[in-house]
Amino acid sequence: MSDAIVSPAAPPAQARRPAISRAALLPWITTPALVIAFVALWHDYVTRNNVSAFILPAPGSVWSAWVEMLWSSRAWGHTWMTVYATLYGFAWALVIGVGLGVAIARVRWLETTLNPFIVATQVIPKVALVPLFVVWFGFGITSKVIVAAVLAFFPILTNTVLGVKSIDAGHRDVMTSLNATRWQIFRRLELPSALPYILTGMEVGIVLAIIGAIVGEYLGGNNGLGAMLIAKMNAYETDALFAVVIHMTLLGFIFYFGIGALRRMLIPWHQSSGR
Amino acid sequence: MSSVAREITRPDAAPAAIAMAGIEKWYGTGLSQVHALARTDLSVPQGELLVLLGASGCGKTTLLRMIGGLIEPTGGEMRIEGRPLWRDGRRQDEAVAELGMVFQEANLFPWLTIEGNIALPLELKGVGRSERLARARELTRLVGIGGFEARWPKELSGGMRQRAAIARALSYDPDILLMDEPFGALDAMTRDAMNLELQRIWMETGKTIVLVTHSITEAVFLADRIVLLSPRPGRIDTIVDVPIPRPRTLDAQSLPVFQDVARRLRHRLNEIS
Repeated sequence: MSDAIVSPAAPPAQARRPAISRAALLPWITTPALVIAFVALWHDYVTRNNVSAFILPAPGSVWSAWVEMLWSSRAWGHTWMTVYATLYGFAWALVIGVGLGVAIARVRWLETTLNPFIVATQVIPKVALVPLFVVWFGFGITSKVIVAAVLAFFPILTNTVLGVKSIDAGHRDVMTSLNATRWQIFRRLELPSALPYILTGMEVGIVLAIIGAIVGEYLGGNNGLGAMLIAKMNAYETDALFAVVIHMTLLGFIFYFGIGALRRMLIPWHQSSGR
Repeated sequence: MSSVAREITRPDAAPAAIAMAGIEKWYGTGLSQVHALARTDLSVPQGELLVLLGASGCGKTTLLRMIGGLIEPTGGEMRIEGRPLWRDGRRQDEAVAELGMVFQEANLFPWLTIEGNIALPLELKGVGRSERLARARELTRLVGIGGFEARWPKELSGGMRQRAAIARALSYDPDILLMDEPFGALDAMTRDAMNLELQRIWMETGKTIVLVTHSITEAVFLADRIVLLSPRPGRIDTIVDVPIPRPRTLDAQSLPVFQDVARRLRHRLNEIS
């Protein structure tokens, strides 16, 4: 009887992946080419027009300023301060954002009561509050951590709320029919369901956290890459100033791709992780 | 043999798989109240394949979800193998443990592989990993998707996903399988194949199955008994026996008895809707 229907053929144990496609290879060629072209144009413009090094230093001198920075333990001290403020602030934003997000998405009255305040805190130009944080929390690391956390909090909160609200009703029916406990529903359904959204919030949040830490460093104290940047500006060391910007950019890249790696690790099943 | 022993071994001494008395459902409150299902009595003996048939809005899905404990009835009593499903507004674990549900959508979790999905109910019940996976392997073979254990749901076709959903519902070996238009989203040919497969699985496992559909052909092909529901409010209109021997093949559709039952159902459906 069971032979009446041909069951679908089992697939080969290891589906064969095509060799690296041309489209995947392309950025490895175009990106360096565009960077080289940009640097060449920059160099050409500076030398041809005899631009003052205070205005726009040549790429060569920016490069040597950056290499010098890499050999300076003071610069690494600043880098570490910024990394610390960013990650610490981000961690707070993550814990509070996800926790509050799940609560808001689940409890109707909590959402209706908190919503005006959430919108208010979202539309406040938070950077304008930085001087206030400095007054309250001093010139130390605390004020930077708080600025980073406040900036990173929002995208994480809103994406978590969206994620928990987008859980498929059919998936909920499955868990109900299986008599799952409240905790099992959270751990096995709500969390994995909301994770792609939370990671999107984290991707935006981590970049905002760096901005928050750096802006905090502009205004208070003399530690961190933000303070270093201001110091270089005041010293008219424009090449070193560029070097700090490059340093910050690389830092941003590392954090951003770190979240991307986390995404591929945590949600390999999701289309956002690519294949 | 003593009379007591005879009493116990008599087949009809076993409680019905599903027994409902005066079950009804109202949605909403006040003037906007909707009577989804009028007081209904129905008993499903163990091992029967019962089909709930009706047009949309006749309350057949509401009835099925009440059997499954997803919706609490407004009135009446629902018993699963003799045990009440609800007591003081709380679903009773022993009764729910004997119910497996399959929905119109497979509702597989995209973050779990096929075997992870099939083993999910066992995981929730605290069964160990190796036992879970062995059971999942056994079930993928039963439902005809052996070899696909490690795939993601998105890599499977609609029919195969629905097979996995059936395997998931069978994983913890409930006595009763409740299916809400399980093949409604599939194309006609896949649907025929799945009807044959369901008959085979039913005959191999001996489960009690209650299946909701709006397809007369599917109902007559699968059912021992068809419950025809009429709308506004939903209520049982007629109950029809389908005296076609098993196993039925797709050719059964050309039998006079098949066509006769189908014609009666079609006429009655036209009259009541």
